[in-house]
Amino acid sequence: MYPSDYRYTKDHEWIKVEGSSGTIGITDYAQHELGDVVFAELPKVGALIKSGESFGTVESVKAVSDIFSPVSGEITEINSALMESPETINRDPHGSAWLVKMRLTDPQEVSGLMDAASYETYIAGQAKEHSA
Amino acid sequence: MITPATALLRKTALHSLHRRLGAKMVNFGGWDMPLEYSGILSEHEAVRTRAGLFDVSHMGEIEIRGSGALLLVEWVTCNNAARLSVGQAHYSGLMTERGTFVDDLLVHKISDTHYLLCVNASNQDGDFEHIVSHNKFEAEVENAGLRYSQLAIQGPRAKQVLQAFTALSLDSIRYYHFAPGELDGAPCLIARTGYTGEDGFEIYFDPEFSARLWNDLLDAGQPLGLIPCGLGARNTLRLEAGMCLYGHEIDGTTTPFEAGLGSICKLEKGPFLGSEWLVRQKSAGIERQLVGFEMLDRRIGRDGYPVMIAGEEAGRVTSGGPAPCLKKNIGMAYVPPRSSRIGTDIEIGIRGQSAEARIVAMPFYKRPR
Repeated sequence: MYPSDYRYTKDHEWIKVEGSSGTIGITDYAQHELGDVVFAELPKVGALIKSGESFGTVESVKAVSDIFSPVSGEITEINSALMESPETINRDPHGSAWLVKMRLTDPQEVSGLMDAASYETYIAGQAKEHSA
Repeated sequence: MITPATALLRKTALHSLHRRLGAKMVNFGGWDMPLEYSGILSEHEAVRTRAGLFDVSHMGEIEIRGSGALLLVEWVTCNNAARLSVGQAHYSGLMTERGTFVDDLLVHKISDTHYLLCVNASNQDGDFEHIVSHNKFEAEVENAGLRYSQLAIQGPRAKQVLQAFTALSLDSIRYYHFAPGELDGAPCLIARTGYTGEDGFEIYFDPEFSARLWNDLLDAGQPLGLIPCGLGARNTLRLEAGMCLYGHEIDGTTTPFEAGLGSICKLEKGPFLGSEWLVRQKSAGIERQLVGFEMLDRRIGRDGYPVMIAGEEAGRVTSGGPAPCLKKNIGMAYVPPRSSRIGTDIEIGIRGQSAEARIVAMPFYKRPR
């Protein structure tokens, strides 16, 4: 379910790093919690983002959720296809519904994030909390 | 999210069936209720084009009986219950001494000496105490929520699905009327009412029949496209239909006139609880007015966001979200009456930015007839 070559945040973003560039999206857990996504507000190409900073929002019918950057860097590309079909975020959150691409300031930052196994343990704990 | 432990929440008789259907659950007014099954958008569409089945057993019922029943209903509510005929229902407001809403409700006249009030889940106990405290008419007041389950079947095919289960002619029940009958072997009160803007029915019955009715209606409705629907779709449907939700558009600080509900506030019927204040407000004029708005870009003005007019905060959004059938984002808000005209441009403050919106007529959606 959760790709092993991605890294994950506690706020349910994922990042896939290739060299000094990273692709960022929200996790399947996040899309499921949000429900039907109707809009994604993304930053401009060229924006400089700090790790932990909100760079956009994903809105579902019920709620709006900030997207926090897993790393620091410069936005190099945004997924403009999401403007037309934001529901892709529900269907393919780890693939075609990536949100932004970034040039990383410090690729070492990624080592502080969870791997897939840790993230799966983390969300299992969250699900437990919900149904407690 | 900090919520009371699920174990402390109240559950309807269908709770385990909702879980088994994979519903996402939510705490609504102290009840663990289905938010969605297949998704809010698909459930919304099902109700607009086919049919949807909602468990609304959390809704409260209060029964008022005796020779003073009408006098009590007339005293505590703002609509004119004396105009109801047996088998008729109307939308009304349960009033405070100041003419604000203790709750909004449906009043059903079962007989000259028997009224059934359908009230909001989270207000039920407060409503009951309020009514009892104003019962100077020796009416018998019963907090009857536990004796009833309630299902709502809504949408253009609702009648067709339901008709197969009853000998009662559903065509004979006009809008905002009801009839006692048997449904799938269960004694029921079948009301042609709803909270979606579609044709449909709300059915009141003994909780012991809950699972049978739920399962049989789902099975029989499936070939016609009926699906189970949760509170998420109930909210988008009522918003499109321009209907108020207690705690959002109306509460203990708002009057019927402010909420655009002057049509259910019958001052001419004579004095009732809060009527002095309402008479005064009607002549002095209101200071805020509920309006509908649509967003002019893709953003969503949600509950609690500020409404800005000419750079100044002029009110707050009470409900906001996507209108799936209109492919727009809509909402309701309170604004000063001078700014309430249809076509007025307003701005909604969204996380520190402002987004353009326009005041439009309500309801946003009207079903084709």
